[in-house]
Order: sequence, then C-alpha cells, then structure tokens
Amino acid sequence: MTGAAAWLAGVGPYWIAILLLALGLYAMIAHGNLMKKLIGLNILQTAVILFFLSASAKWRATLPIVPAAGGAAPPSAYANPLPHALMLTAIVVMVATLGVALALLVRLYRRYGSFEEDVILGRME
Amino acid sequence: MIRDHLPVLLVVVPLLAAILTPLVAAAAPRAVRGLTAGTAVATALLALAGAARVLEAGTQRYHVGGWAPPWGIELVLDPLGAFVAVVVTGVTACGLVYAAGFDDPRLADRQGATAALLLLVLAGLTGMVVAGDLFNLFVFLEVASLASYAVIAVAGGPALLAAFRYVVLGSLGASLYLLGVAYLYFLTGTLNVADLAERVPGADAPRLVATAAGLMAIGLGIKMGVFPLHGWLPDVYTHAPAPVAALLAPVAGKVAAYALARVLFSVLGAGIVVDRSFLALALAWLGAASILAGGVLALRQTDLRRLLAYSSVSQMGYIVLGLGLADATSLAGAYLHVLNHALMKACLFFVAGAAALRLGGARLADLRTMHRRMPLTTLCLVVAALSMIGVPPAGGFFSKWYLLLGALGQERWALAAVILAGGLLAVAYMFRVLEHACLEPRADEDHHPPAPRGGRWAEAGPAMLAPMLLLSAGIVAAGLGNAWIVSAVLLPGVAVGGR
Amino acid sequence: MIQGHDSVVVRTTVRLLMPWIQIFALYVLFHGHGSPGGGFQGGVIMASSYVLLGLALGRQELDRLISEAGILRWAAVGVLAYLVTGIAALGGAGALLDYAALPVPGLPAVRLRYLGMMAIEAGVFVAVAAALVLIFLRLARTGEGEEP
Repeated sequence: MTGAAAWLAGVGPYWIAILLLALGLYAMIAHGNLMKKLIGLNILQTAVILFFLSASAKWRATLPIVPAAGGAAPPSAYANPLPHALMLTAIVVMVATLGVALALLVRLYRRYGSFEEDVILGRME
Repeated sequence: MIRDHLPVLLVVVPLLAAILTPLVAAAAPRAVRGLTAGTAVATALLALAGAARVLEAGTQRYHVGGWAPPWGIELVLDPLGAFVAVVVTGVTACGLVYAAGFDDPRLADRQGATAALLLLVLAGLTGMVVAGDLFNLFVFLEVASLASYAVIAVAGGPALLAAFRYVVLGSLGASLYLLGVAYLYFLTGTLNVADLAERVPGADAPRLVATAAGLMAIGLGIKMGVFPLHGWLPDVYTHAPAPVAALLAPVAGKVAAYALARVLFSVLGAGIVVDRSFLALALAWLGAASILAGGVLALRQTDLRRLLAYSSVSQMGYIVLGLGLADATSLAGAYLHVLNHALMKACLFFVAGAAALRLGGARLADLRTMHRRMPLTTLCLVVAALSMIGVPPAGGFFSKWYLLLGALGQERWALAAVILAGGLLAVAYMFRVLEHACLEPRADEDHHPPAPRGGRWAEAGPAMLAPMLLLSAGIVAAGLGNAWIVSAVLLPGVAVGGR
Repeated sequence: MIQGHDSVVVRTTVRLLMPWIQIFALYVLFHGHGSPGGGFQGGVIMASSYVLLGLALGRQELDRLISEAGILRWAAVGVLAYLVTGIAALGGAGALLDYAALPVPGLPAVRLRYLGMMAIEAGVFVAVAAALVLIFLRLARTGEGEEP
C-alpha cells in the first residue's frame, strides 16, 4: 500500500482535482438540461477549490497564533492561513453563484415549464 | 483627508450606496433613482480626483488594515488604473443618469433591486481597477459579474436564458482564472502584484508560468467577449433592459481587458509577451479573428442592439490585438480604444434604448423617420457612428491609427490588413444603421410608424438626452485631445506597468 | 407551498434540535480563530436551522418566525455593520479596516484588533444567515404565479 499512500500524499490529489474539473466541464458541455449544466459548473468550481486546498494542506500543523504567554513554535509548525482564507472566499463566491443561477432556473421553469434548453428555445418563439 | 483614502473610497462609496438602496427603497421609493445617479456621479468625481493626484504625485498605494504588503491587502492606483477608473465611473455615471430618465414599465416595480445591483457592478469594477493583488482581483471580478448576471435578468423573458448562459460561461472563466492564480501562488508564495513581478522571473519554471498565464488569459477572455469565447454576449446585450445593456456593454469587458493587461505586463513581466512568443501570437490573432468575426456577424443583423453587441465583439478585438502586439504604440492605441469605445458604445446603446422607447422597437426597420422625430438623438447617433467608422476628429480614428502604426512598425502586414478590414466592416454595418435612421423610407418599403406620443416631436426626455449629448461631446473631445491623453497619461502608464 | 413532513418523529426532532443548532452556529462564529469556523460558516449553520424548520414543519411555520422583507433588512444590517466598522477606522486616522485605529478609548491595540475582527465576523454572520434564508424563501415559493 506504500505506493498508493505515497501517490495520495504526493501528486494524487492534484490528479483527482483535475479529473473532477474535466468531469464538470464535460457535464457543462454535454447535457442540454440546464440544471445538469449548473451541477457541472458546481463540480468544476469545487475541483478548483480542492486543487488549491490540496496544495496548502499541512500534516500536523497548528494554529498560526502566538500564545500570549510566549513560547512560539518554529515557523514550520504553523499552518499557513492564507490559502484557507482564500478558499473560504472562493466557496462564498461559489454559493452566491449557485444562488443566482438557481433563482434564474426557477424563473425559467415557471415561465417556460422545462429545464431542457431546446424546449425553452422552442417555446420562446 | 479624502485625498489619502481615494483608492479605497472608489470602492466603498458605491458599495455603501448599494447596501443602503434596499433600505431607502422601502422608506422612500422615489429617492432611489436620485441616490443611484448621485452616487455614480460622486464616484466619478472621486476617480477624477484620483487621476489628478496620480498625475501630480505618482502611483498611489493604499494599505488596507494598516498592514504592509506583501502580507496585507494593497490597493494600487497607477496612471493607467486611474485612466480606466475615470472612463468606467464616468460612463457609468452617464448610464445611471440615463437610467433615471428611462421609464420602462417592465422595470417600474424593481427599481430598488436594479439600482442596488447596478451600484454593486460599479463597486466591483472599480475594485478590479484598484486591486493590488491577484486574489482581490478575482473577488471584485465576481462581485461585478454576479451583480450583472442578476441585473440582466431583472425584467424576465428571453433575458433569463441569456443570463443563465452568461452565469455558466462567466463562472467557468472566473474558475479558470482562479486556477491560474493558484499556480502562481504555489510557485512564488505571494499574491501581491508587485511582489510577484519580482519573484516570477527568478522562479525558473517557464512552463508553469505559461500555463498560469494561459489559464488567466482564457478566463478573462471569456469575460471580455473575445472570439471564440463570446457566445454569451449577443443574447445578453440584446435582451437585457436597455439602461442595463447601456451600462454594462461599454465598461464590463474593458475592465477585464485592463485586468489581463495587468496580469500579463505587471506580474509576468516582459518575458511572457516578447515578440512572437506563443501567448503574444495567440492574443494578436484572436484579436484579429474577433475583429473580422464580429464585423461580419454584425452585417447580417436586423436588430440594432444585436448589431451593437456583435460590433462590441469586433471592437474588443482591437484592444486584444493591441495587447498582443505589445509595444508602446500598440498598447497606447489599445488603451485609447478603451476610452473611445466606451464612449461611443455607450452613446449608441443610449440611442438604441431611446429609439426603442419612442419609436416602438429596436429593430433597424423601426428606426425609419428617426431623424425627423428625434433630431438630437440622431445627432448623437451620427457622431458615435462616425467614431465607430473611424472618421477624424471623432476619437475612434485615433485609436485605430495608433494600432495601425504599431502593427506596421513591427512589419506585421497581415494584422495591419485586418485592422483596415475591420474599419471597412464598421463602415458597412454602421452605414446600414445610418441609412435607416437618417434617410426617408423607400417608396416600396412597408413602414408603419407608431402613433407618436405628444405630436410629431418624440424626442427623448432630458435625463436621457443629457448623457447622450455629453458622450457625443466627449467622443469629439477625446479625438481632439488624443495627443495629450497619449503623451500625458497612457505612455507613462505603459512605461510603469508595461515593458 | 412546502407542506410539513408526514412523520411525527421528524417534526419533533427538528423542533428539539433547532435551538441547539443555533447555539452551535454561535459557537462556530466565536471560535473561528481557534477551530474551523468564523462568520461565514456560522452564518450558514444558522441559516440551515431555519431551512430545516421550513422543510420539516412547512412554510407556514417558517413564515410565523420570519418575514421576507425583514430578512432583507437584516442582510443589509449585517453588511452595514462590517462597513461601518471598517469606515470607523478611517475616522480614527487609520486605513480602512485598521482596527487598531478604531475610535474606542482605553483599549490596547491588540485588544482593539480582536474586537474589530469580532465585530466584522458578527456582521458577516448576520448577513450570510439572512441572505441564505432569503434565497431559500424565494426559491421555495412554488406555484403562486409571482416572480421571485
């Protein structure tokens, strides 16, 4: 199992993230159903965030706060908070995008009665 | 005291107004339009003050939270950024004044939401201009984009599907941009633009840097509407409510182009866009393809706004071509075109909206007899059309002239030919518009003008006319003053942030 | 209109759990520096408590607790709290969001920074919770013919 564990601890997560990205992109392109396109977009955005987080994960790191009583650990013991904060922001952006897209889909469904793109285009004329 | 905080005020003022708008709309609905237009004018004045400060005192750097970069968030206002900020806030102010005078019954019950969203778009765009690090650029890009997705679909109808397509494509672009930022961050450990500029050359990972640059270019290219990533653009600007399209079309793509220029020239440095490097070639030829494709597609349109949308794809191609040529003259031409195209496209969209309101529709056939019934609007249309075609002294001529000089100086004859061909295409499609608006209908043409309201004089209201006339005057002024703009603002800006 | 869940087990459990979920949300907010958490995460958990209520007990129960117009105002208040804290720092002759420059007398800079961060996290909490509940309310209106 050392080989698989080494792969997972090394470049494995990046390959998984890229695979998810490709899956999301394929879903966005291949499906005519708008909801499925949206889910594909969500998978793609999650894959980018996963990629970022995989590169910033640190084994046995502690909070980057120096105790008031003193006694700071060596810098390598602290986790870098920046990429995690960035990815939180990216997740918020993802949620907001999802909210806007879902609102649009609900209105589309109410107006045209379907989620399929060609049905909607047909009913628009 | 305000002078010290100018970079951040450019973002905070519209943001604060956007948050207060729903509260104001609940308490005093009539004040919303005034509040929105007033905020946009105030932001434009702040941008002018910022530009004046930069011209006299050099690049302004602002440390948010008091933390010094590269650990803290830095906002940067350099000559080029100040120029783009003035263009964006000025055109948006005109657009919001125009929107205040645009009485479309479809938008009547959603004024508070529309106003808040438009102010959020403004805050996002100004944030993109002043952002001093790549991640804040992403955040403000998404703020502006999300607000624009929502405001396009406010009135419903075919705009809903157009907005959904825009959401999907735009978010794809932003995610690709974020992936590029991730590559650069993990290579160098920093996100600050100035810090990256120091670290990227020494990191010796050319393939990684090229991949990151490519990802960011594709991501921002989707936002700009460059061929072949423009699929969302025509539907969005055709079906969005007229004041919304008039506000978004001239500015949104420009700020993305500015962000791309920043990434390529400030961060990645001269090495990435040397003559004939792959990225430079790709940009130049995609720009050329946009010019031709947008122009050809515009020729076949019968709806004025769809024609203007394809024309925007074409004109955006000029800017991308200038970025791809990457020498001082071409870059100056590209940035000058940012100003000129914003002015003339805004004016054209204003005219289209006014015509749709007063003449009953936005198709070319509806524009007949416009010169008799809306003479001032037709005057603005003619000035903007002349600028599009490239007739001096209207500004459009000069930006294409600089681009042509740049292409000829590098002995790239094919690209020079494309620039000229683009001009010919613009003549062709703008002349169709002018023919419909300014000449009498042919005897055999079936023309049923709608009954004009208030007699034969159906001119647009003052709140709509004033921005149009101001923009037309601006087009001519930009043309007459182009030498000053290039020498005093653009060339120093290119030197600071360019090669 | 979302009807309540059929099973009495579900309905009772949700009724019992809801206050604990909200307390947990507040815990996540206040311990954001020490464990995974913070304003956004706490706000999402807070919103999920209301969404759970709506899904399990029906839309009418939810409407008894919150109104849509009021929720929008809460969201605006949350963002305003953030902006006001940041702008107050401008008043104290510092940069935006420089909490050490907040015009609160008698506290050392370290304490001021801590309180400033807490204030903006609380603002984010309120804004996110309100925004997500509002999204749910708007999306959950089915078959009433009105555009969300």
